[in-house]
Parts: sequence; structure tokens; C-alpha cells
Amino acid sequence: MKNVKIDVKQITRVEGHGNISVRIRDGAITHLELAIVESPRFFEAFLRGRPYHEAPHITCRICGICSVGHTTASVRGIEAACGITPSEQTILLRKLALFGEHIQSHVLHLYFLAVPDFLGVGSVIPLARTHPDVVQRALRMKKLANDLCAMVGGRHIHPISLQVGGCTHLPREAEMREMKERLADARGDLDETIRLFRELTFPQLDRPTEYVSLRSNGVAEYALYEGDIVSTLDPRPTSPQQYRTRVREEVVRHSAAKHCSSPNSSAYAVGALARFNNNAAMLHPAAQTAARQLGLTAPCHNPFHNNTAQLVETVHAVEASIELLDELLARGLAPEPLARPTHFGTGVGAAEVPRGLLFHEYTVNDEGDIEAANLIIPTGQNLANIEEDMRALVPQLLATGVDKESMTLHLEMLVRAYDPCISCATHFLNVRWED
Amino acid sequence: MKPRIAVFSLTSCEGCSLAILELEDQLLEILGAVDIVNFREGMTERSWDIDVAFVDGAVSTPHDEEEIRRIRERCRTLVAIGACACLGGVNTLKHDPARPDYRRVVYGDRADWFPTTRARPLSAVVKVDAELPGCPMVKEEFLELVRCLLNGREFRLPPNPVCTECKKLGNPCLYERGEICLGPLTRAGCRAICPSFGSVCEACRGLVDGEALRAGREAFNTQYVVPWEEVVARLRLYGAVSENAEPVAAPAAGGGS
Repeated sequence: MKNVKIDVKQITRVEGHGNISVRIRDGAITHLELAIVESPRFFEAFLRGRPYHEAPHITCRICGICSVGHTTASVRGIEAACGITPSEQTILLRKLALFGEHIQSHVLHLYFLAVPDFLGVGSVIPLARTHPDVVQRALRMKKLANDLCAMVGGRHIHPISLQVGGCTHLPREAEMREMKERLADARGDLDETIRLFRELTFPQLDRPTEYVSLRSNGVAEYALYEGDIVSTLDPRPTSPQQYRTRVREEVVRHSAAKHCSSPNSSAYAVGALARFNNNAAMLHPAAQTAARQLGLTAPCHNPFHNNTAQLVETVHAVEASIELLDELLARGLAPEPLARPTHFGTGVGAAEVPRGLLFHEYTVNDEGDIEAANLIIPTGQNLANIEEDMRALVPQLLATGVDKESMTLHLEMLVRAYDPCISCATHFLNVRWED
Repeated sequence: MKPRIAVFSLTSCEGCSLAILELEDQLLEILGAVDIVNFREGMTERSWDIDVAFVDGAVSTPHDEEEIRRIRERCRTLVAIGACACLGGVNTLKHDPARPDYRRVVYGDRADWFPTTRARPLSAVVKVDAELPGCPMVKEEFLELVRCLLNGREFRLPPNPVCTECKKLGNPCLYERGEICLGPLTRAGCRAICPSFGSVCEACRGLVDGEALRAGREAFNTQYVVPWEEVVARLRLYGAVSENAEPVAAPAAGGGS
């Protein structure tokens, strides 16, 4: 197979619209693109002039799947810009909602979007007939995660009560007790999921790249809600306020989402595998056991194992949520007024959302209105790296003599392994404020 | 034969499509009653022989416009799901008359690389058979609509405003806290979820009709004492009114503000 033409229009089982196109002539790649064809939405343009407290409410509408993640980065960015310090209670509740979203998003990706490839079907729908126990387990875990988000934020998609300065609704004690029991009951489903994933055969690809994520400063915690920027090539911590020293953005014509590079690499990876590679030692012991059972050790350079890292993180999020609920139940929740701005200026919020590191930077003027916003999305950061992976995978597949159909499937599986969120990635193009 | 269902996304966060996957308790039952034949976010197979198409997202690019016309031609019943498809949604914020430079701000001199048009609801381009408003759509309403379609019943949205649901739930009125809530003008059906979780209603479900709307406007004039321009500005967040549009005539005799 010397000459190959692959065109996948609208890759399925991903969030948003993307195309793969590859041309191979005489056994060499002459053209390779992951084209992003999603509509631009201009969030950064129309945030201008809106009052600061609307930012999380508007930006969560960037993405239905990562709605809590955008809310988290947004409240933290606005709070950094306005000198607001949220209470400890608020931080604990935000962390709980973010765990809920990680569980929800990872379970959705693993069972609904990724597993069908490994079981040779086009979607989860035929599995409802052939593997009803698997589908019911997936639905049970997803519902639990949705309910966890809803308990804190009112609903998973576009949460309501996670606001700048605090929470406008508190879960009741009975709700938290019931949630804790349900999370404990989910351990059986997690064990079954680990058993299922141990049996799957992942495609092989070993391509070291730079893995970028947050790392907790101070406390020994697997960083999701907060931390400093680190990477496998440069482990020195950088404050999110200086993110521009670690992340460089570039507009490329075939992608409605910008590509990213770092001072160390032309392409780098964010997401579950990046977090695992940087912070595996800080995972909950149960998640470390899960990683061992799944044969995942840091550093892992096979992007297909982003799936595996997501499963390990799901175990972590369930166990950490149980511990967090214990803490909340022990301290009790009391209504608090929203913390108010102490000044207005520029600030950055960084959070680890299911697909990786997310930045929201805002400048707020003296009237309390947003003057400028810059949002850097995990999938945007991964796009250049996915293309590099594709460039490494194609010759490897050619050497093994696979047919075009199999090559196409492998490329789609590779893109899916990153769990790309294309709606998110395209809303932020070439954003340089010209005013 | 089971009805053939498809789900499509135009310019949106795809949260309303996702909300279908979040019907965990009913999903298997739904899959037993219908055939899902096209749903890019969830499946590889794609058929264009469609009975009912659910579409989230606004029409916001030339491609969206082609796509919605094609969907309309290929389906019998077209259902708009969510604020973007029903009203244009947050996408319409780019039409701020005070800031016409949104394309330049985002694209600089490369605006022509990524074409975009005004953000419009589906009904501005094609005939829509039913609408499920909200940001995101309300899952219970989706289920009710599916039941209606399966049983040949007519589906109707509630005619009353969010305020009536909010009061029934016993929520303290947000006007007592000095906040501006759009509940008096906004179509109910969301169980007043935002006020119930401590936030004002932002009219993501669009306006009530006729008499209820006139009564709501009157209440802003007499009871809540909020300047009407302020109310209209807030109604624009999800496109409940488009820019420069007057959603309802001023009350007669002594009304207006």
C-alpha cells in the first residue's frame, strides 16, 4: 500500500466537528491534517463590556461537557483579577463539583465514545443489546456523577450556584450523606470497569512528548482545582499568572482552533495522561492500585493510554470525593455572603478540567466590566501534538501492512483517545485585543 | 416501525445533545422505542432517512445554513432544542450594536479564513415543528415531547411565566434581595431552577406570549420599578429579544418608562 488517501469528514464520537485528511505517496506522507471545522463563536469578543460576575455564567456555555471546568477556571480568573479570596467552604464545594465533572466526562468518554472501537461496534447502542450489563454500569456511574455536580451546582450542564465570590446554594446534610454512600457503592462498578479495560488491547505507539499540567504547591494533592504549571521537560513550577511564559499560541489555516507550543517543544500534551505522568505519586492509594492493575506506569508515552489514565483518575475522583464529603460533613455548611472585589485589574485562573489544562485570563476595568479576555483550551493545546502522533503512527501502520480501513480506524481512535472537545477549542481564535 | 431519530449540532456547546445522553434512567427505554440513526457526537453510523431530527445550536455560519436546509429536507419533523436553536442563544451577543468589531477583535486581518454570519434561531431559516427552549433544554420536556411524538399527541409549552413556578416552590423573591430577575417575563417549564439555586432568571427559555407578556411588563413598571431599557438589555443574553427589537408594546395610559 504505497499510495493512500484518507478523508474522514466529521469524526464521530467526539465533541464538535473535525476532519482527518492524510495523503501518502510512494510510502511517504505528503499531507496530514486534523482540520477543525467547528464554527467560531466569539466568546472573547462578546465578554467585553459584560459585568465581571457574568463571566462564569457566560463562559460555561462554551461547552456542555466541560461546563463545570469552564466555570471553575472562570471564577478563579475573575477572582484573581478582582482581588477576591473565596472562603474555604467555597473551595471545598468547587473541588467537589470538579470531581463530579471529571467522573462524568471520563465515564462518558470511556464507555460511550472509546469502548465501541475496542468492541468493534459503531456506538454504544448495539452494546445495549449485546452487553447490557456494561451499558447499565456506564449509565449508573454517569448518573452518579451528574447528581454529584447537581447537588453542588444545581445541574451538571451549565451549573448555577458556583459563582464569583462563593456559592449561592448549599447541599443539605442528608444529600451529602446519601451521595457519600452512592459513591462508596460505585467501587464495585469501578472494579468491573478496570476488569473490562484490562482485557482491551490498546494500539502501540511510543512517542515521548512534553506533558504539561498543574502541580499542587504546598499541599500534597493531585492538582485539579489549583496549582502551578509544570512539565516533564521543565518541572520548575510557574504561577498560572505567568502562563504566557509556558504557552505559545499560533493561528494555522486548517484549524479554527489555534495550535500551541511551549518554549521547550513544538507540540505538547495536556490531559489525563499528562497529569498522570507529572503527578502519579499524588493519586489516592486506590487509584495507584488501579494504575498497577491496568499496567500504567509514569512516564507513559503511548497516547492511547490517555484512556487508561482517565480510568485511573475516575477512581481517584470517586475516592477523593468521599473524603471531601467526610470533611464537609464534619465541618458543616453555613450560608456565606459572596466575597466582594477589593480592586480591579488582570488575573488568570488555571484549572485541570477533564481534557487538560484550561486558562481563563480577564482584565476588569474600574467599573467592574470585563475589558479583555483570553481563554486557552485543552483541546487547542493538544491539536499540534495529535498531528505529531499521527505523523508517527502512519509509517508504523504502513510498515505492518494494514489496509486503508484499519489505518483510518487507528487514526480516528488516536484522535478519540485525546477526548477532544472541539466546540471548546474553536471558540478562541487569534485572540489579540486590538483596542 | 420505530421512528427514526437523528440529533445534529450547529453552532453551540452541544450541551443539549449531551443532555439526551444524560437521561440515564430513560435512555435504554428510549432506545427500545426509537431507532437513533444519526448522532455524530455518539455514533459512527449515519443515515439521512429521518423521521424526527433534533437540532441544537444557532445558524451562525454559511455552513450551518446549508446544513439546516439539508436536515429540513431529509426529516419529517424538525425539533429545535435549546436556547441557541430556539432563540440564537449566547451567540447573538456578538451583535452588540456598541461593539460591531467582534470579527476583527477575534480574527484580526484573517476574518475571511473562518466565515460567519448573524447568529439566528433555526426558525429564521427553515420551518420548525417544535421547540424545546432553555440553556440547556429541560430533560423532562424532551421526554414529554418524545412521548407526544410516539403517541400522536400534541406537545405544548407552558404559557405561564417562571414566577408562577418559583412562587409555588416557596423561593424567596429575588426582588426582595434587590436583584433584577426576568422570571415575570420568561416562559415557565424549568421549575425555576436558577432562582432555586440562588441566581436570577436570565430568560433562557424566551418570553411568554400575549397577555402574560403584557402583564409581566406592567409588573416591571409598577411593582418592581426597573427601567424597561434595563430589562430589554438583560433579555438579550440568550436572544429572548434581538437587538433594537421592542418585545412588547408599552402599557397604555400612563405606562412606559
